[in-house]
Amino acid sequence: MPITREHELHQRRSGRNVGLALVLVGFIALVFGLTIAKVQGGSTLQAYDHSYRPSLDPDNVRYQQR
Amino acid sequence: MTDIRTDIPFAAEGEASFGDYIALLKPRVMSLVVFTALAGLLVAPGSLHPVEALAAIIFIALGAGASGALNMWWDADIDRVMKRTAKRPIPAGKVAPQEAMALGLALSGMAVIMLWLSTNALAAGLLAFTIFFYAVIYSMWLKRATPQNIVIGGAAGAFPPMIGWVAVTGSISVEACLMFLLIFMWTPPHFWALALFMKSDYHKARVPMLTVTHGRRATRAHILVYTLALVPVALAAAFTSIGGPVYLALALVLNAMFVQGAWAIWRRDEAQAEADSYATEKRVFRFSLSYLFLLFTALMAEAALAYWPAYTSFAAHLPVLELF
Repeated sequence: MPITREHELHQRRSGRNVGLALVLVGFIALVFGLTIAKVQGGSTLQAYDHSYRPSLDPDNVRYQQR
Repeated sequence: MTDIRTDIPFAAEGEASFGDYIALLKPRVMSLVVFTALAGLLVAPGSLHPVEALAAIIFIALGAGASGALNMWWDADIDRVMKRTAKRPIPAGKVAPQEAMALGLALSGMAVIMLWLSTNALAAGLLAFTIFFYAVIYSMWLKRATPQNIVIGGAAGAFPPMIGWVAVTGSISVEACLMFLLIFMWTPPHFWALALFMKSDYHKARVPMLTVTHGRRATRAHILVYTLALVPVALAAAFTSIGGPVYLALALVLNAMFVQGAWAIWRRDEAQAEADSYATEKRVFRFSLSYLFLLFTALMAEAALAYWPAYTSFAAHLPVLELF
C-alpha cells in the first residue's frame, strides 16, 4: 500500500533530507569530474580487457625480442 | 583536574537540523583550513587539474571538519560548562554524542581515502595524521593535561598549507615547513590573547589554560616570547621560492605591529586590563587574525606576480633577497 499521508516527521526533517540530498549530488558530481580529469590527464591507458595482450606482458619473450 | 564528564545524555533531546550537523564540523575553522590549504596549493611549484585541486581543498576541509566533530564528541562535557561553547549541537541536546563520533569517524575515513585518490598518498597520510593529532593527541590528551596544550595542539591547525603543498608536489620541502611553522608559532599568542579576556570560561571548565595554571602575568610574558619567536619564521619565508618583495615588505610591517601589540599586552597589569575591559588584548586577538590572513594572501600574490616578467626581474635584482 503506498504511503499517501504526509507524516509530521516528513515536514520536520525535510530540511535535513534536502541538505543531505544536495551533499550527495555534489559528491557524485565531484567524483564524476575527478574521473574525467584523471582519465584526461593520464597517458594512453591499456588493460587486458578480457583477452590476453602480449604487448602488456613483461614476461612475453617473443614480444620483447621484436 | 581532568574528570568532569558527568551526565552526557546518550540520545539527543531535540531534533537536529542539517545546520546542526554542519556546526559539528566547525565551519569557521574549516574556512581557515580552506584558505591556508588553498594558499599551500597555489604557491607550490607545479599544477593540478582544477577539478583535482577543488577536490583536494574539499577533502582537506572535510578532514578538518571531521576532526572538529570528534573534538566536539570528546569535549561535550567541557563545552557544556563554557559560555562560548554551550550552544554547540551536543551540549544543546540537538545531536547525540555517539552520532557526532560516528559522523567524525566516517568523514575522516572518507576524506583521507578521497584525498589519496584525488592527489597522492603522502598528502592523504598527512591529513590522516592531522586528524589523529587533533582528535587524539590534542583533544583527548593534551587539552586537559598540560597548559602547553595550545602550543602542541596548534600543530593540527598548521598542517593544511603543508598538505596543500604536498598535494601538488608529492613531497615536503622547506617552504612547506615554513608555512607550517608560521601557523604553529602564531597559534599560542593568538589563543592566549583570547584566553586573557575569556578567563572565567576556561577556569570554569577546568581546562589547564596557561592563565589558570601559571597566572595571567606569565601568560602575558608567554605571548611576547612566542610573538618574538614568530618573527624570524615569518620573515624567513620571504627568502625562499614562495617569498618575494611584496611578502617581505608586508611581513616586516605586520610583524612589527604584532610585536608592538604583544609588548603592550606584556606591559599591562590586570588592573589596567580590567579598567578598559581588555581592549588591548581584544585588539591584538583581532589583529592576529588579520596577520595570518594577510601573510598567506601575500604568498598567493607572490605566486600570481611570478607570471609577470617585470616583477620577477625586479625581484631578482633586489640585493636583500639574495642574502640566502
